Amino acid sequence: MTDFKIHHRDGEGVSIIELKGYLDAHTAPDLETAFQKLIDEKKYNVVVNCRDLSYISSAGLGVFMAYVEDIRKNMGDIKLTNMSAKVYNVFDLLGFPLLYEIFKDEQEAVLRFGERKK
Amino acid sequence: MEAGKKKISKRIPSRTESLADVREFIDHAARKYGFSEDDIASIILAVDEACTNIIKHAYQYAADKEIEISIFPGTRSFEIRIYDNGNSFDPSQIRPPDLKEHLGHKRRGGLGVYLMKRLMDKVEYNYIPGKRNEVRLIKYRMDSTAQARR
Repeated sequence: MTDFKIHHRDGEGVSIIELKGYLDAHTAPDLETAFQKLIDEKKYNVVVNCRDLSYISSAGLGVFMAYVEDIRKNMGDIKLTNMSAKVYNVFDLLGFPLLYEIFKDEQEAVLRFGERKK
Repeated sequence: MEAGKKKISKRIPSRTESLADVREFIDHAARKYGFSEDDIASIILAVDEACTNIIKHAYQYAADKEIEISIFPGTRSFEIRIYDNGNSFDPSQIRPPDLKEHLGHKRRGGLGVYLMKRLMDKVEYNYIPGKRNEVRLIKYRMDSTAQARR
């Protein structure tokens, strides 16, 4: 069994998604469901905290790409934080740092959403 | 050193649930071979991507099919051969991904093949249409130092 968990919490005007475990072709649909739910609820400011994400394959990366456009069309964004070097390396191989803001710390990403409102 | 040992094989059902088992199988063999943590992570991901492609494209999620994975730990290279009997795959159709094209598309593809090529030293496809497909993934032992310099 692949161990993967998603925890969702709402901050001030920002939704935080915490990922834990292994994000692969088996578990990617769970992340799709989570993003779709946020879009349905019109929650477009999303921070994905990857602190406990042990592994990601292209199936997981594809989910970020599939949903970010819908979110950006609605003046929101998906910002990524707290990645391990191993997980960052996979994002980096596919050029994600050019398309996504990646922060060391969740709070920095939350503050960035706040800056945009000013 | 574990070089020169004979092949190790595993058959798995063609289901995404099997990917965790595949990763564990590769992790164990690559670790025993003496690769660095970075190389082990690269090999695991490349094999995961190859198996994911078979599950999705060759077998199109038919859960009653099987994938065979054989590892050949050679003196200078660690080779993984992955076999299936599904639809043949023509890698020449895969272009390097343009991420901007992928944005917003619910249908994804090509990222896995690109990653496999970046993560391994050699990726080869051999197939006999209607019979058997083979993907060969090769990592050279000495490459761990070359990779670190990239």
